[in-house]
Amino acid sequence: MNLLTQVLLIFVSTVLINNFVLIRFLGICPFLGVSKQTETAFSMGLATTFVMTLTAAATWIINTFILEALNLPFLQYVSFIIVIASLVQFVEMFIKKTSPVLYKALGIYLPLITTNCAILGLALLIPLNGYNFIVSIVFGFGAGVGFTLAIVLMAGLRETLQFGDVPEALKGVPITLIIAGIMAMAFMGFSGLISV
Amino acid sequence: MEPIYMYSLVSMGGLGALLAVGLGFAAKSFQVDTDERVEKIEEILPGANCGACGYAGCGSFASAVVSGEGKINGCTVGGNKVAEKIADILGKEASATDSKIAHVLCKGGVKETKKNSDYRGVETCKAVNQVNAGTKACSFSCLGYGDCVAACPFDAIELNENGLPVIDEEKCTGCGKCVKACPKNIIILAPEAAETHIKCSSHEPGKVVRKICEVGCIGCGLCSKTCPVEAITMENNLAVIDYEKCINCGLCAEKCPTGTIAYNGNRIKKVQITDDCVGCTLCQKACPVEAISGEVKEKHEIDEELCIKCGICCDTCNVDAVKVEYKDEE
Repeated sequence: MNLLTQVLLIFVSTVLINNFVLIRFLGICPFLGVSKQTETAFSMGLATTFVMTLTAAATWIINTFILEALNLPFLQYVSFIIVIASLVQFVEMFIKKTSPVLYKALGIYLPLITTNCAILGLALLIPLNGYNFIVSIVFGFGAGVGFTLAIVLMAGLRETLQFGDVPEALKGVPITLIIAGIMAMAFMGFSGLISV
Repeated sequence: MEPIYMYSLVSMGGLGALLAVGLGFAAKSFQVDTDERVEKIEEILPGANCGACGYAGCGSFASAVVSGEGKINGCTVGGNKVAEKIADILGKEASATDSKIAHVLCKGGVKETKKNSDYRGVETCKAVNQVNAGTKACSFSCLGYGDCVAACPFDAIELNENGLPVIDEEKCTGCGKCVKACPKNIIILAPEAAETHIKCSSHEPGKVVRKICEVGCIGCGLCSKTCPVEAITMENNLAVIDYEKCINCGLCAEKCPTGTIAYNGNRIKKVQITDDCVGCTLCQKACPVEAISGEVKEKHEIDEELCIKCGICCDTCNVDAVKVEYKDEE
């Protein structure tokens, strides 16, 4: 399998088949918390994609050149969390300086990405799957796109649901969780589409 | 020392130090000058980040206020105190937050309104309303089973002996829960400053209202004709007040033949123009009944017989030359 095919397959599989939110159940907090409006959901998805891609690159470098070289795999969690937190901080400062408009649009969601378990999950999955540098970046980008897809779909459903006749007891979070479950089942249909 | 400890310490310590230094430099080189007023306002705000102002949090509300986008009195939690402090910082004047309180637009309790049926069953307004629209002859009247009392989260509503809800104006926060709970839709939110309320919701013709209720609006239209500022309109046999136009003069409450209109303010007893008058003719133009006469640059006079004691002239006068005596001051 040449690199291009592998990259394409990894991308499709992280977006659809192994979607971080709907199949791996990572990053449920922002998935439920920021999915009330399609616009903000999309901004959140973009910010997460950006951070995920950077994280994938940074953690691959640290894992390969520090942790594996020195035989310290048990420090994965600690080092990855430090890297993610610093990266998000850095990205926040960078965006604040270069594009105040984007900074305003992302608002509170940008720092919230630090505590998003999807990012840490991504960082831990890369050494587990033994990806190389380029594939890692594509994996991170694909995970972000998958997250964006899921959260935007959810936001669209919830916007429409505002006009729906939801039973009193299920209003708010319960119906959202039910929808998330149904969406996860729908995404299960993608499994077996390709095998990596 | 075992190399594994060494490696761990050095690699993690080094990584941490590197990132810290990197972030420190980044913080300096990417520093953005913020308006210090934003920080000051943020300190004053309650800091609950509740979002009641319509912004994402206290921080974004503060920057919105400084940029002139947000209203100074936008923070409902902080209320007037916070609004005043923000106004101080920005050097602007604060206008009071337009807080509202609930009012029940029905005066017809057990005594005033005739009963036409008995009810035995679940004792909530919602249930009673399903059966023959209640036990009272008036289909617009308060049902008296206290759904609003149960809905009020602040204990501000009580049912009196007459079977009517009484709202404690001190406790009411204007949250609107009772408005939603009332199946008859007779509770409204009115500005806190409003003293005049038309306490009836019946759209029945006067003939019908007369027979079934002692205090219902019979749609005679006297109040609408009396009102000096045209704040009362007749809609389908019912007088409806526009709180924005109403000046709380209380004339309508005095004229109402059935006593439907409740007035809590002070009625004016006497209006006089003092020697401070500069003869600007403003009051003369404002008077709805043309009771004020006088030449330009001369002291104006009020015709006692024509004057309806609405107090508009007092509000219009720029030099405080109109003296108003209230009935309570005796």
